[in-house]
Amino acid sequence: MIEAVGLHKSFGKTHALDGLDLDAREGAILCVLGPNGAGKTTAVRILTTLTMPDAGTATVAGIDVVRHPAEVRARVGVAGQYAALDELLTGRENLEMVGRLYRLSGSDARARAKALLDRFEVTDAADRIVKTYSGGMRRRLDLGAALMVEPEVIFLDEPTTGLDPKGRLSMWDLIEELARGGTTVLMTTQYLEEADRLADDILLIDHGRAIARGTADELKRQVGGERLEITISDASGIDAARRVVEALGEGPARVDAEDRKLSVAVASHDGVLTRVIRELDAAHVQVDDIGFRRPTLDEVFLTLTGRPAEETAPSEGGGA
Amino acid sequence: MSGFGWWLRDTWEMMKRNLIHIKRTPELLLDVTLSPIMFVLLFVYVFGGAIDVGSEGGEDASYINFLMAGIFVQTVAFAGVYTGVLLANDLQKGMIDRFRSLPMSQSSVLTGRTLTDLLRAMLAIAIMWVVGMLVGFRPEGGIAGNITAVGLMLLFGFALSWVGVAMGALVRTPEALQGIMFAVVFPLTFVSSAFVPTDTMPDWMRLFAENQPMTHVVNAVRDLTLGTDLYAAELPSTLWSLGFLLIFFPLGLWLYKRRTTQ
Repeated sequence: MIEAVGLHKSFGKTHALDGLDLDAREGAILCVLGPNGAGKTTAVRILTTLTMPDAGTATVAGIDVVRHPAEVRARVGVAGQYAALDELLTGRENLEMVGRLYRLSGSDARARAKALLDRFEVTDAADRIVKTYSGGMRRRLDLGAALMVEPEVIFLDEPTTGLDPKGRLSMWDLIEELARGGTTVLMTTQYLEEADRLADDILLIDHGRAIARGTADELKRQVGGERLEITISDASGIDAARRVVEALGEGPARVDAEDRKLSVAVASHDGVLTRVIRELDAAHVQVDDIGFRRPTLDEVFLTLTGRPAEETAPSEGGGA
Repeated sequence: MSGFGWWLRDTWEMMKRNLIHIKRTPELLLDVTLSPIMFVLLFVYVFGGAIDVGSEGGEDASYINFLMAGIFVQTVAFAGVYTGVLLANDLQKGMIDRFRSLPMSQSSVLTGRTLTDLLRAMLAIAIMWVVGMLVGFRPEGGIAGNITAVGLMLLFGFALSWVGVAMGALVRTPEALQGIMFAVVFPLTFVSSAFVPTDTMPDWMRLFAENQPMTHVVNAVRDLTLGTDLYAAELPSTLWSLGFLLIFFPLGLWLYKRRTTQ
């Protein structure tokens, strides 16, 4: 549904995109994940016809974004950090204006705006100017604007950046609902948790290039399997505990003496827990907590990019 | 609907948006209401008595008759360049990206903007006219002369709106353009025939003042409103405005396109 091959884009000496390939399946949610400055926003701007690529091709719903931008625009919805709302117009006026500019008739625009305001729970504030809206209401209205023509594809650029937890959850529900309705969603995020929860596919990008792609599970498997993780009660038992888990697991244990935590890679679950507990007990080591843990996307990110995902400060509308 | 029909509809849509802005923030009109009124009153009552305009002040040789053409043209010139400030504001706030993500006619964003500012200029002229009459402005130029004068002012203002568009597409922030505007347009109005006859200026300045566009437009408006025939400036004034339009209309469109697609 969305396909990009070899996208290049430079701003002066900065290579925002350096040969990015991208592919989103119809009706799926593709999360483009990467740190600030990875090229996420530039990629979305090219796919939504706002920016011209220096090289490479991209199609959205089968239409070339460089050669037929107007036809692409008629079929996609765009929301996110940059496609702004008019602060001096009311929520309703914003949606109706966008609807008419999508070339709906006046009455269709009014009806559609009303339906979206109800659906996104902005009805009460519909006739107040947007300047008075909370961050969460703005984002919902913004998403509403992107949905004025029931687009086949919707682009969301960091849709939850700056939202409080409640606002984030309600945005997540809306995005999931869209995908269930058959809309293809491409969204960027710097939050791994968000990608883990929403994405059918994840594209990890860094320095303007794709460095990994797949489902969340596939990516996690890529950096290693499950680990057995143990927290013991008393730090003095740490050496005894290390001997036990290293005998059962594969490879060396990771030990965090301060937090009294140990972990070791394991090949399978079979009988591991019972044996560990029995042998720790025999060695007189008391256990606070024990369990298997899959790697998090954070670890995936750290392994693949060599740095944590959120080391940089939250985006100020940049993130080119 | 034809391409032209859509263009008209989108332009009207943009104008509606701009007019709602004016309705909700009336202070956007201060530059075309309060400040020109202040100028009229200050110039008439502070400088007026000290400036001898002779026959250039029409039949009764009064300063207010001389001054009004200058105030009209200064106001539409500022309103025109102010178009760029409003455009720069939309660019900065991301509104233009929203419009560009929609399948609308993209030039409508600019024509909607400049046509709204033409309406602002009309309002300004109407207000000035009334205030001027109250303090003694006597436009004896007849209906045809006065209507032509208004037409010339609006043409000049509309042309400068496109200069504003070009500048708005070049600057990073609306504040920057506001600064440039005061640094350029203010001296241009003072070094012209807008507020004083040019014949007391030193030669080198007079040479500039008498040949710059603002003076031609002011002189034409002055002749037409007062029914005098001193300058024969109608043709040069029209040519200047059309010249600006011819250069800055395409240049504005091009700079805007370049700014927004990079």
